[in-house]
Amino acid sequence: MKKLINGAEDVLAESLVGLAAAHPELRVDHANRIVYRAEPKPHGTVAILSGGGSGHEPLHAGYVGFGMLDAAVCGEIFTSPTPDQIALATKTVDTGAGVLHLVKNYTGDVMNFDMATELAGGIAVATVIIADDVAVEDSTYTAGRRGTGVTVLLEKIVGAAAEQGRDLAELAALARRVAGSGRSMGMALTSATLPASGKPNFDLGDAEIEVGVGIHGEPGRRRVPLGSAREIAAMLVEPILADYTFGGEPAVVMLNGMGATPLIELYVMFGEVSALLEKAGVRVARSLVGNYITSLDMAGCSVTVLRADDELLGLWDAPVSTPALRWGV
Amino acid sequence: MRDAPAISYEQLLNWLRFIDEGLIEQRGFLTELDAAIGDGDHGTNLARGAGAASSKVDAEQPEYLDELFKLVGMTLVSSVGGASGPLYGTFFLRLATGVGHRQELTPEQLADGLEAGLGGVVERGKPEPGDKTMYDAMAPAVRAFRAGISSGDVASASRSAADAAAEGRNATADMVARKGRASYLGDRSVGHIDPGAASVALMFEALAAALA
Repeated sequence: MKKLINGAEDVLAESLVGLAAAHPELRVDHANRIVYRAEPKPHGTVAILSGGGSGHEPLHAGYVGFGMLDAAVCGEIFTSPTPDQIALATKTVDTGAGVLHLVKNYTGDVMNFDMATELAGGIAVATVIIADDVAVEDSTYTAGRRGTGVTVLLEKIVGAAAEQGRDLAELAALARRVAGSGRSMGMALTSATLPASGKPNFDLGDAEIEVGVGIHGEPGRRRVPLGSAREIAAMLVEPILADYTFGGEPAVVMLNGMGATPLIELYVMFGEVSALLEKAGVRVARSLVGNYITSLDMAGCSVTVLRADDELLGLWDAPVSTPALRWGV
Repeated sequence: MRDAPAISYEQLLNWLRFIDEGLIEQRGFLTELDAAIGDGDHGTNLARGAGAASSKVDAEQPEYLDELFKLVGMTLVSSVGGASGPLYGTFFLRLATGVGHRQELTPEQLADGLEAGLGGVVERGKPEPGDKTMYDAMAPAVRAFRAGISSGDVASASRSAADAAAEGRNATADMVARKGRASYLGDRSVGHIDPGAASVALMFEALAAALA
């Protein structure tokens, strides 16, 4: 294992030290591993809170700021944050109008946020679960589809709507609509290596890829021989289109890097993906290419397609100012 | 009818101590089970949580059993993480409510507490029997304890609860995981014991030792 770390145990704490040093517009509670906006929202505005295991940077702490999250709660690498952390963050960001929890669908995350809501008693909390990963086919007999790429788009869109002063019920309804209108599919060229274990999470041969992989190195749909970018793009786009009807509506499309794949390859992939979508009649209205929801040093990518409309595009285009997404300001 | 002999604070404190010791001893085994079908941190996480709970108990020395179990539950919730933290945390928090504000328990009161704990796990994790989870060891153990105290003493009841938990743990090997990270493996999860069921079996083995 070759990593830029001091000690495996200190990676999260020390990365938060660096985040705070780089971004004075954030306030980091190092003891509780919570990242807040330095400048809280005005009183009476609904706060948007997310969090999860670390190792997916910039998700979630990199999306704290105007137009997106009010706070992000950081768990250990690939491990959900605990209820006391989440409850504290919930109490801190509440301005009296309630707090919306955006939770990726993993058993641990769902239970910890659930329990945090009980511990934060007295604060109005609405929870929206994101489960967009079409790689999980048999969702009746599993913990359900995993929350992946749609999380990024959702945090942006709902964050913008919250800045407009919408109430908690409206924001929860909007978040559910967005969560229901997006689908993702990912693949890995290599496995991620956790600092604590020092070994790759799974073994992939030199000429093999894992299709339908999660963001923690969970198994995918299948292992296949490495193909061309064009072939891999089809393996990702086809199951998304088979799962959901995008119609002629405008779409927001994200081509996301898993952490160790260069941007030049991500653009090769985006070219292939957008051509396939266009051929299928999906109109790519907005796009995002880069590392937005990663899996440590895993190489590979994921595709997310969100069916939008004028309202969602307006919220997408609204000003945002966070470490990882910034425009219109 | 004479009252059943009481279960003392000391015995229940021993239960927690035996869990802590058992986890240190079986940390590697639990982690191995978890590495096969999960993410390989079950033993480490629980051992860390139990260690933190023991330190808290030593420092605060709560006087009543509900305070003791609540302290354990809250410490597990904030120190274990993953899915095990809220599940075991909820078990002990509900156990605290279930046994009430007492310094010793009748066997019936402990059975009430264990059932309340199990109820909390069901509420939190929504397991079905056969999902290959900690429930598959915990539910038969709690049932066996209740049945045991109606026909015998608390030592034999806790012994049969431990045996039922071990049997439930072993039975998870043949099950297909339908909850948690293991569920993404589908049929590939068959042949492996569920790590959560294994830690539950350890917990009831510790209870049997404490009440022997």
